[in-house]
Amino acid sequence: MEIGLRLAVSLAQIAAVMGVVMLTVMVLTLAERKVLGWMQDRMGPMEVGPYGVLQPIADGLKLFFKEDIIPAGANKFLFTLAPILALVPAMIGFAVIPFGPSLTIELFGMQIKPFVISDINIGILYILAFASIGAYGIILGGWSSNSKYSLLGGLRSAAQVISYELNVGLAIVGVILLSGSLSLVKITEAQAGGFWNWFVIAMPFPQIFAFVVYVISSVAETNRVPFDLPEAESELVAGFFTEYSGMRFAFFFIAEYANMILVSCVAAALFLGGWNAPYPGTILGHIGLDSLAWIENVVWFAAKVYFFLFLFFWLRATLPRLRYDQLMRFGWKVMLPIALGNIVLTAIAAYFFPR
Amino acid sequence: MDHIFFFYFAAVIAATSLLVVALRNPVYSALSLLIMFFHVAGLYVTLHAEFLAAVQIVVYAGAILVLYLFVVMLLSIKSEERYHNQLPLAGLLGVMLCTEVILLFIKSQTSAIAPAATADPVAGPGNTEMIGEALYSTYLFPFEVASLILLVAMIGAIILAKKGINEPAQ
Repeated sequence: MEIGLRLAVSLAQIAAVMGVVMLTVMVLTLAERKVLGWMQDRMGPMEVGPYGVLQPIADGLKLFFKEDIIPAGANKFLFTLAPILALVPAMIGFAVIPFGPSLTIELFGMQIKPFVISDINIGILYILAFASIGAYGIILGGWSSNSKYSLLGGLRSAAQVISYELNVGLAIVGVILLSGSLSLVKITEAQAGGFWNWFVIAMPFPQIFAFVVYVISSVAETNRVPFDLPEAESELVAGFFTEYSGMRFAFFFIAEYANMILVSCVAAALFLGGWNAPYPGTILGHIGLDSLAWIENVVWFAAKVYFFLFLFFWLRATLPRLRYDQLMRFGWKVMLPIALGNIVLTAIAAYFFPR
Repeated sequence: MDHIFFFYFAAVIAATSLLVVALRNPVYSALSLLIMFFHVAGLYVTLHAEFLAAVQIVVYAGAILVLYLFVVMLLSIKSEERYHNQLPLAGLLGVMLCTEVILLFIKSQTSAIAPAATADPVAGPGNTEMIGEALYSTYLFPFEVASLILLVAMIGAIILAKKGINEPAQ
């Protein structure tokens, strides 16, 4: 009975988070095209619904009804498995993201944290672990398609993801040193009390370099412009998903956007104070509405996440694609030394000025 | 409950380890190795060693196996070239290992039952902190030696990769 109830609550939380993420993906597909359109002095999609707002639904329906093609000579099993392997790790990381304050509520005699599915003590490592699994979907998708473009895209992606994952991990270490915890909830709580406590500018050693390294590396890890070598249209048609169509293509597409949301959530929680407002406490709390203060926290978290998502679109509209050797040299010879130096300096600062 | 999880993880680990060497297609071998890594991580979680579980996946599944896959795809190894007639040697080693395991098993049956290592998970510092303590105090010397070995391996890789670059072209 107890276990059943707990399971039901957890499943409800998972369903709610999945729903929000999928909804955000839908919004993003439209927002990306609209934002790109405005930046290039166009209108963006305008046909479906008023002002084009129903475009994601039309796209979804189209992908559902497309013919599902498996190319001749492809490895059927891996061809089917690859999109799933890409999507599942992207979704599973949201289990440890705190979307709001870490208050506990009593429900049927159980302690429930409404804004985080599972506050495990290695939260950030868990996200890194599953982010690294996402590469398999891309590699296997590229290999099993029996196409040269796909294979080249898959190989490029493997090298790129491994290189930049390292930088993501090292950039995070500084924040972990300052907060003394791997749990995203604890890391966020350590940044409460105003924007000067956010780790990006917090004393004793501002993590501004780590922040820059993290943002650039996470753009590379999600295969977005200017690091979208694995799917470079001008050289590889569409890279690793050249041969995919219909829902299998949609899986890769959703995985890419879910990964964008995930890295944005992590960036917001680690560097920009997560759900904390940039001023001490919350306005709703100060005027005596303590029970509604979580609304303000959740809004702040969403605002930070959407800022990063906008940054992704902004970069795409602004920057040209790097060459492959430039990408590798940049990752290993520029980003990696900065991240390592940041760890050394942060460790020294954290030793002499413990928080 | 713990036993059910242990036997599930142990069975899958044994089965997928066999599949790694038994499967014809090297990509399938790599995939079963991936499944095995995940279940080893699961085993760590049942032992309340969450940090090790995450590191297991980050390092082995996320980095090393991706490189394996990379090499397998680049070389496109033919299935018949794989064993190089290693059966006699492998059989000998396998029999030796098996007897060792059986001997150990019999010995542990006769001697006193091993102390119950899985007491309640200690409150206080988490296992991440404990590993850090142990690694940087008790096992500091092995840790530094390991880092030195890794450094040597890195320099070796660079020398191998750079060989021939400075020599005049033929």
